[in-house]
Amino acid sequence: MSKRNLTGAEIIWECVAIEGVDVVFGYPGGTILPAYDALDKYRKKIHHVLVRHEQGATHMADGYARASGKVGVAMATSGPGATNMITGMATAMMDSVPIVCITGQVPSPVIGSDAFQEIDITGASIPVTKHNYLVLDINDLAETIKEAFHVARSGRPGPVLVDIPKDIQNQSIDFIYPTGDIELPGLIEPQGADESQIKKFSEMIADSERPIILSGHGVLLSGATQEILDLANLAQIPIGTTLLGIGGVPASHPLVLGMMGMHGETWVNRAIQESDLLIACGMRFDDRVTGKLQTYSPNSKKIHIEIDPSEINKNVHVDLPIHGDLKSVIHQMIPVLSKKKNDSWIKKIDGWQNKSKDRDIIHQETEMLMGAHVVRKIWEGTKGDALVITDVGQHQMLEAQYYEHEEPRTLLTSGGLGTMGFSLPAGIGASFYEKDREIWIIVGDGSFQMTMTELGTAVQENRNINIAIINNGYLGMVRQWQEMFYEARYVETPILSPDYVKLAAAYGIEAFQVKSLDDVIPTMRKVQKQTGPSLIEFVVEQHDMVYPMVPAGADLHEMIERPINSKNGNANIQKEELKK
Amino acid sequence: MKQILITLVEDKPGVLNRIASLFRRRNYNIDSLVVGKSEKPGVSRMTIMTNEEDQRKRGHIYFNLLNLVNVIAVKDVSNLGCVTREFILIKIQIGPDQLNEVNEVVKSHGARIVDMGKETVIIEATEREKEIDALVDELTPFNITEIMRTGKIAMRKGKTHKISSDKINAQADDVNWVPENIHTYHN
Repeated sequence: MSKRNLTGAEIIWECVAIEGVDVVFGYPGGTILPAYDALDKYRKKIHHVLVRHEQGATHMADGYARASGKVGVAMATSGPGATNMITGMATAMMDSVPIVCITGQVPSPVIGSDAFQEIDITGASIPVTKHNYLVLDINDLAETIKEAFHVARSGRPGPVLVDIPKDIQNQSIDFIYPTGDIELPGLIEPQGADESQIKKFSEMIADSERPIILSGHGVLLSGATQEILDLANLAQIPIGTTLLGIGGVPASHPLVLGMMGMHGETWVNRAIQESDLLIACGMRFDDRVTGKLQTYSPNSKKIHIEIDPSEINKNVHVDLPIHGDLKSVIHQMIPVLSKKKNDSWIKKIDGWQNKSKDRDIIHQETEMLMGAHVVRKIWEGTKGDALVITDVGQHQMLEAQYYEHEEPRTLLTSGGLGTMGFSLPAGIGASFYEKDREIWIIVGDGSFQMTMTELGTAVQENRNINIAIINNGYLGMVRQWQEMFYEARYVETPILSPDYVKLAAAYGIEAFQVKSLDDVIPTMRKVQKQTGPSLIEFVVEQHDMVYPMVPAGADLHEMIERPINSKNGNANIQKEELKK
Repeated sequence: MKQILITLVEDKPGVLNRIASLFRRRNYNIDSLVVGKSEKPGVSRMTIMTNEEDQRKRGHIYFNLLNLVNVIAVKDVSNLGCVTREFILIKIQIGPDQLNEVNEVVKSHGARIVDMGKETVIIEATEREKEIDALVDELTPFNITEIMRTGKIAMRKGKTHKISSDKINAQADDVNWVPENIHTYHN
């Protein structure tokens, strides 16, 4: 490559463009101004999205990364710009999402002097990033950015922050892009399975009578959908998914059972508890998945295939740990496995599933509009083919239960950190990758009010997104806990909403309010026809709860199920039922 | 028994912060941590001691440490043959009539007097933790006014674990520095 004299600011964009990035989400400010000034020369290669809050920028980069599998990029100034990114980086960290955050920093000579808008963001972001950098020499800049992208996407992906002082952005050098592979001895190479493990794996499967695959986010990250299905089909093993594993395997596949965990399907949790072999694939036995650890799947042998060695044996002791990339490990296993039938086991699970139907709200007629019914209608109205982004709370669990995803990366949700306010910015970010698929943001009234400021971004960028607010007038999931575990004292959970139709109108967004089930699909049809952002507020039954539920810290099989045929879906759960 | 981890890290600003932050946020207890230059420029060698007894939790510490990007390699040497040493400086206040007595204690422990003031002496010793403790015990009857003790440093006996010279690739030279095999570590 020929030498060119470039400023640090220009080098940032050169490097970002070389990484294949064509969209950056950010917000300008004092110490990042040189980079923004230089952006003007790179307009043809890079589109910049002006957000309304830096947290939004990180969630947009996150949503873009989750939808595309590529690295998302967010940019902000020093001080408050940088600290506003903390929540977004933490969200990406917990869910293994590759993003690179570039922040301006005060000029290097004044670092440490409490200069205006100075904050030690590399220090502050250590716990919420996979790695971070402070660039103090322009000669290191290009290599650092290259390394940051490499670290973000390698192994178990995660967020990386690069902090660049203003004077470094202003200096110039003869720019030569560092070619060749990055040598980072500190990154751990996945080991893969050895001969004895392959043998043990096939023996454990052959010996099992009640096996189940636990399919996690790693299936999507590794691109191992086909491999998991091959494994399941070959040895007739049913599959349960984690929240982030949804879409990793098609919901309609006969062996795919549904979601496990706190609000997982009863038959999946029962299958896990009665199983004699768990095959955990790219998941981390989160407490929302296991319930009480001491009684978790007590009679099973456990296999754990995982790319991050620190996750193995962290929460659950495993009998066969395999450190490696999921796709290649299962590739190693398939040839040595023999065909197998588990008919009686499958039949048993089917029995549980059939029995639970009469408790399922979806089969009940209700007077009020129910959140679950809205989600189901959205599923029908999009033929199950939309990219859905959810926020955090009851609506999130209802989406996981009632929207069936057939393809990877069609549900984006904040699982590990449970970040309210995630969905609108993440949906905007995802829309820059997913240009053909219909996009639905399903969000509660509480969550929406956390980041609804990004409506401005959606309009300015004319994003094709549909926002479905499930409005029950409460912080619903917190209310549910209050009802179940705090003797129905609803302290600070009723929440006022603005008139969402008027709010949308103020932004020039067409919006509707829906109060009855019959209006759901017709209203969807209206917004599906138009381009640009749209909003529907679904006013739903205020007191409904998400069932089934495993109370925090309870045994996974201690599921509270929905009372049968209660008129309003729940309504007041019997105390005796709780105590069971 | 204490967990002893010999760790190779890149000699870059903030690395100590990253390690300290890891131990703090994961609620691991550092018993002692000693860091210094290694035989290879750009690489520091650390001895980290933890008081974690549980084997599974020791594994958590090991792999989380290894996960840090600036950490090149970690070896858990808790159960391996090692030379371990601590260093101590002790200042005591004594009268002229006590000097002989102090000298005897110092000699019997292989320690040295490195400074003699009008009313104070400074004693240094390099020994295993137990011997250092014994020295302190025996000097306690005298008036100890200051103690400065380093943590433990450790070096594995036998074959050299040197760092490859052409690049910072600790895995190349010695199989012992390949990240602990997860399968053997956990089982």
